[in-house]
Amino acid sequence: MGIMAIRTEGLTKRYGAFTAVDGLDLEVRFGEVFGLLGPNGAGKTTTILMLLGLTERSAGTAEVLGLDPARHPLEVKRQVGYLPDEVGFYGDLTGRQNLRFTGRLNRLDRGEAETRIDELLERVGLSEAADKRVDTYSRGMRQRLGLADVLIKGPRIVVLDEPTAAIDPVGVAELLTLIRGLAVDHGVAVMLSSHLLPQVERVCDRVGIFVRGRMVEQGTVAELVARMPAQEVLLEIGVDGDPTATRAALAAVPGVSIHDQDRIDPRIWTVATDGDRRRELVAGLIADGLPVFHVRRVGIELDALYRRYFAQAGEGVADDAVA
Amino acid sequence: MTPSPELLAASGARSGDAPVPPIPTGGGWRIIGAKELADHLSSVRFLILTAALGLAAVASVAATSGGIREVAQGASGSPAIFLKLFTLGSSNLPALIDWIAVLGPLLGVAFGFDAVNNERTERTLPRLLSGPIWRDDVVNGKFAGALVTIALMLAAVLVVVAGVGVVQLGLVPQPEDILRLLVWYVVAVVYIGFWLALATLCSVLLRRAAFSGMAAAAAWLVTAAFSTFLVGSVADVLAPAPADATFEQQLANATMRQDLSHLFPGNVFSEATQAILDPSVRTTGLVLSTQVDRAVPSVLSFDQSLLVVWPQVVALIALTAICFGLAYVAFMRQEVRA
Repeated sequence: MGIMAIRTEGLTKRYGAFTAVDGLDLEVRFGEVFGLLGPNGAGKTTTILMLLGLTERSAGTAEVLGLDPARHPLEVKRQVGYLPDEVGFYGDLTGRQNLRFTGRLNRLDRGEAETRIDELLERVGLSEAADKRVDTYSRGMRQRLGLADVLIKGPRIVVLDEPTAAIDPVGVAELLTLIRGLAVDHGVAVMLSSHLLPQVERVCDRVGIFVRGRMVEQGTVAELVARMPAQEVLLEIGVDGDPTATRAALAAVPGVSIHDQDRIDPRIWTVATDGDRRRELVAGLIADGLPVFHVRRVGIELDALYRRYFAQAGEGVADDAVA
Repeated sequence: MTPSPELLAASGARSGDAPVPPIPTGGGWRIIGAKELADHLSSVRFLILTAALGLAAVASVAATSGGIREVAQGASGSPAIFLKLFTLGSSNLPALIDWIAVLGPLLGVAFGFDAVNNERTERTLPRLLSGPIWRDDVVNGKFAGALVTIALMLAAVLVVVAGVGVVQLGLVPQPEDILRLLVWYVVAVVYIGFWLALATLCSVLLRRAAFSGMAAAAAWLVTAAFSTFLVGSVADVLAPAPADATFEQQLANATMRQDLSHLFPGNVFSEATQAILDPSVRTTGLVLSTQVDRAVPSVLSFDQSLLVVWPQVVALIALTAICFGLAYVAFMRQEVRA
């Protein structure tokens, strides 16, 4: 269906000897939400900056809307909305004035911009605070203002860097629903980066796991889960009994290894099992006379997958340090 | 913030096949400059500095008026008496132009020291640059906005002082006086532009506004307080003039001093000021007593005065351009994050 929203081949960014982004191949289509997931420092923001032509790439190619962002930055930036990590606004201006300035930068017609600003402020729940100075805003309010700021130009691609980092869970849910709506109802290509997988996994059509400048896995959530080894299911169990006895009882169940005992509430245990062993675990504990009051499957499969890659990355760092 | 179709419609989000909106090609610096100008004009710092400059102007004019009466009585038909309003000090207070020579750098530093690093600390730079503008639009717009602010402020002060002169003292400016004042005004704005460019450079290089402001202010203090000393010591090394120096040695030393002093924009500006605002100044260079022996005191016409200071004007423009160029290059080479 015509051009890709975003396409990169072998995209690389080096800072001296350090390679921040290493040979990234990426494709994002219109109407889909792509999640760029990885730990802090993986190169997500650097990638985004290259896609916007805000930093020069060292090697490889990048195409945004079929254009090279390094050669046609204005065309790209006119049509791509970018919400930076920890977005900042001019504190001595009001929310409305900040949006107005963005409208001017995008050469929006004045009357059209005013209508759009009013609509957007209302929908992100900032109508009442619109004429207050931004330095009185909370971080969550700034993030919502940031979203209005991104949408004011009517973008065809929206790039969100850690959009959920600063907001409360309710706000996250609302934000993600909105993002989903942009992609599904309006064919906007959305790329979001996050290090909080469980928060964004729900809205992403496809995700890429990005570790230390490299894309280690890419595909739909279902595809990635299918590639996962079966044993990595984590269960959370609450047992109201003697910790030593509980530990022994848990370890006695075949295929179960104890992962963690909660520091705040020592009755809560996390165990790793090969497949879903809730039934056996509960039966074993009850047989030993230990009252079970809570069983929960922790995270979705993708979370375990993510954990696995991040763990690998951690080991990799340790190896480097030794070498 | 319940998402709804209206929001998405309001956001103007389009499908992938929608026509491309008009792409702006330039002029981003004007948008940023206009915002900067609006910000500055409504800022506390503008109020304070206008008050300071206004106070200096009123005080010096009040103090000068007595002196002007004497000059006018002593030599009716004294050339460019209107300009004395700006150039004549009193025993207690310096002249307006001296105030501006001192306060000008302060204005430049005050409006420039946090231009770029403030965008970084407020985290607005990535958002700003993700708009459809070129990167240099930011530094150009910041500089232009601040310079226009300063130019407006200076113009207001000059107009007020001229008005006081006309109304209170009955000094009527001749067309040539106005011309001289206008040229001096442009030169003064360029001079203050130098300090603005220096402060902008500091704001690009130093991440903390406080450090940047101190660095720029320190540069101003050093040149203001020690330029004579520095020039003298360096000249005495390069072209020594011992106590029993020959005429040639003395001349070489004096020439060296003058050449070196031209490295400091403050000296260049003060030379330009003298020659532009005082038609009886015939040269800014060294004058030997043999050269003025039996010279008839006379005044220069406007174009002749301009000819005298042309090198100074060009030097001032060059210094300002170089300083702004450094800030520009430094900014263009910086990473957006970092």
